[in-house]
Amino acid sequence: MATESVHDVALTLHDQLPILQLVVPFLAAPLVMVVGAGRGVAWLIAFLASLAAFAISALLLAQVIDGGFLSYQIGGWAPPLGIEYRIDAVNAFLLFLISGVSTLVLPFAYESVKAEIAERNQALFYTCYLLCFAGLLGVTITGDAFNVFVFLEISSLSTYAIIAAGADRDRRALTAAYDYLVMGTIGATFFVIGLGLLYMMTGTLNMGDLADRIAPQTDNRTIQAAFAFIVVGMGLKIAIYPLHLWLPNAYTYAPSAVTAFLAATATKVAVYVLLRFSFSVFSPGFAFENYTYELIILPFAILAMFAASFIAIFQTDLKRMLAYSSIAQIGYMLLGLSLMNASGLAATMVHLFNHGITKAVLFMGVGALTLRAGSSFYASIRGMGRAMPLTAAAMVVGGLSLIGVPGTAGFISKWVLVQAAFEKGWWPVAFLIVLSSLLAVVYVWRFVETLYLHEPARDAAEAPLTMVVPIWITALACVWFGINTDITMTAANTAAETLLSGSTGLAEPSPWTSALPAGEASH
Amino acid sequence: MDWSFFVGHVNYWLFVVLMMTGLYVVVAKGNLVKKIVGLNMFQTAVFMLYISMGKVHGGTAPIFPTDMKIDPATVYTNPLPHVLILTAIVVGIATTALGLALVVRIREEYGTIEEDEILEIEQDMASEENRIHGQAMGGRA
Amino acid sequence: MQHHIVLRVVTKLLCGLIVLFAFYVQFHGDYSPGGGFQAGVIMAVAFIAYAVVFNLEMAQKVMPARVAHKLAALGVLIYGGTGVVSMLFGYTFLDYGAFQPGHPSHGQHWGILAVELGVGVTVTGVMLTIFYAFTSRVPSISDEEW
Repeated sequence: MATESVHDVALTLHDQLPILQLVVPFLAAPLVMVVGAGRGVAWLIAFLASLAAFAISALLLAQVIDGGFLSYQIGGWAPPLGIEYRIDAVNAFLLFLISGVSTLVLPFAYESVKAEIAERNQALFYTCYLLCFAGLLGVTITGDAFNVFVFLEISSLSTYAIIAAGADRDRRALTAAYDYLVMGTIGATFFVIGLGLLYMMTGTLNMGDLADRIAPQTDNRTIQAAFAFIVVGMGLKIAIYPLHLWLPNAYTYAPSAVTAFLAATATKVAVYVLLRFSFSVFSPGFAFENYTYELIILPFAILAMFAASFIAIFQTDLKRMLAYSSIAQIGYMLLGLSLMNASGLAATMVHLFNHGITKAVLFMGVGALTLRAGSSFYASIRGMGRAMPLTAAAMVVGGLSLIGVPGTAGFISKWVLVQAAFEKGWWPVAFLIVLSSLLAVVYVWRFVETLYLHEPARDAAEAPLTMVVPIWITALACVWFGINTDITMTAANTAAETLLSGSTGLAEPSPWTSALPAGEASH
Repeated sequence: MDWSFFVGHVNYWLFVVLMMTGLYVVVAKGNLVKKIVGLNMFQTAVFMLYISMGKVHGGTAPIFPTDMKIDPATVYTNPLPHVLILTAIVVGIATTALGLALVVRIREEYGTIEEDEILEIEQDMASEENRIHGQAMGGRA
Repeated sequence: MQHHIVLRVVTKLLCGLIVLFAFYVQFHGDYSPGGGFQAGVIMAVAFIAYAVVFNLEMAQKVMPARVAHKLAALGVLIYGGTGVVSMLFGYTFLDYGAFQPGHPSHGQHWGILAVELGVGVTVTGVMLTIFYAFTSRVPSISDEEW
């Protein structure tokens, strides 16, 4: 234990990276609140924190992309007693996505927030945004099951607040936030019940240790009940098809910047938690889990792909249409998950990332249109493609990626997913994936047609440069990750292998931090 | 399912009853404040589950004597679930405060906190929007 | 409650004692049951009792809403700052051993004291902020109140 030994090796900045990933945005939040007042300062602190987090996540990803993991012990207390942060390819990839999206959304948010949120609330808005950001990073990085719940609630509570901030534009943001609060809390409480049952049977909360102790007693009904509670609890957060009711309103009425950030990260993090629990805590050989995925999650995933896409086609509001499309895309991720093989998991991981950036482009585009046209209804954005050529072109790129046209990021994930379905021998599923993509063609075509093939409804200037630049960087990322799949596919494959190999168990007890990469020691 | 099984698991029965009561209130009540109350009951049930879990037979409060002379025969109650629930209680308070704050704002904007009346107002808003934007799209929307 | 003279006199007397008790609970927290959470709530209760018996304006003269906001954030900074300081000494985040390298258990005392202070300050700030937010709710809040 830390208290009884005199410490001889000072940790370097490099060793502290796992905690800095979380601490930088987390402490930036109260800092914004203390500094307060000046909007520019609040934004600047948020942006710098996000940029730093992005740099750190890139460094972390580089360390674990080829396998292995980093372990960091908070307060020097060794796991399983202490809280451990454990980074492997799975969560490093997610950290990279979250902090990357945040770094792109914040420059966009500057103008968008100025237009959509009352000035006196802006410092508080950035505080909540940073808390949400830090909470999502925390959920991803931690190796302690109860810590997941704590960070989940930090991010959820601040999410409810920033969704309600949309009330300055439309009062329905309040009821949307309220509904999400009720459902999110029920989900989180289910999750805690699941953790409680696990703790009851194992007496530990460290994920690696949990896995070791669950393995011999998978036939135990308490363990099975725990798994069910965790799946349903996270299902509410993920918006698995029948549990998705909070999502359309929350995304539609939240401020544009919030929607762009949440759509690209929040549900993805919930999917990650489900992955982590399904594979690293419960073992893939757990029969009850296989039945759950094949008989419950798989049909609902397919239902989501069709029903939600179908509803999306008939929307009058572009933002709401994209919200329904998100529910459909979550179906693809869960489909990959329920295939329970390496390529299926790789498809889920790569789709998490690709869909994240795709939706970021589209929702940021919607935000830019809303800024100039006043709302995102199809009627008010008619012909805006001519008035705002740069924004609209980027949105077309995003739309193509949403359909999965070759050359875009969306193609890669659907390709891998179809391959995975064939590998499993489920060719009807592969057929359904392609078929549901046709529905995406319909709703994407609808907004492309609205943007370009109509007389402009109004005169409008192009969106400000602070919006166009991040939108285009993200759009180019959609194309880049559709052509050069080195980073995404390597990370996704490593992540899938890591997940399928089950838990790595408890980290070897070493006094400070321990880095245990597959080949070389990093320090 | 004999009598000792029933009595021996009394904390779980109570947990289930309290939890389902809370969940029922959340689902069945139309008043937004009552929903928050139901949510609170629901969460409290989980607190009870955890705390009853920490109880060790014959265990005493887990506080070491100040001179740190610990009698190895002493049985202590497991303090960890209590600590976890301390965190969960704080989360519960934050949720309640935020929920009630939202209810106050909803009351200011809608003039009511009854779910069915709010839904009616929202449906009117939605059909108005559909009318305007549907027409503008040539009735295709 | 203008005419409840007994209440008003008693509250005036008690407020000071409540604050004192809050400090006792705060700084004895690492030795006996108590600590930042409880102390923060007790501290906030002193102000809340004052606001209930007298009125909100008078309580806000002593503790303006803006200050309560900043306190809530400041406490988190104290807590996190403690961790950052331990990192600067080359220890892991929140490893209190850093505060007295030769004698880690003394370091623990210092660390816990600092962290609990942060908790106490935040809880006071948050409790007051919640109380102010609900009691001072008028149709629209003027900018100065934030």
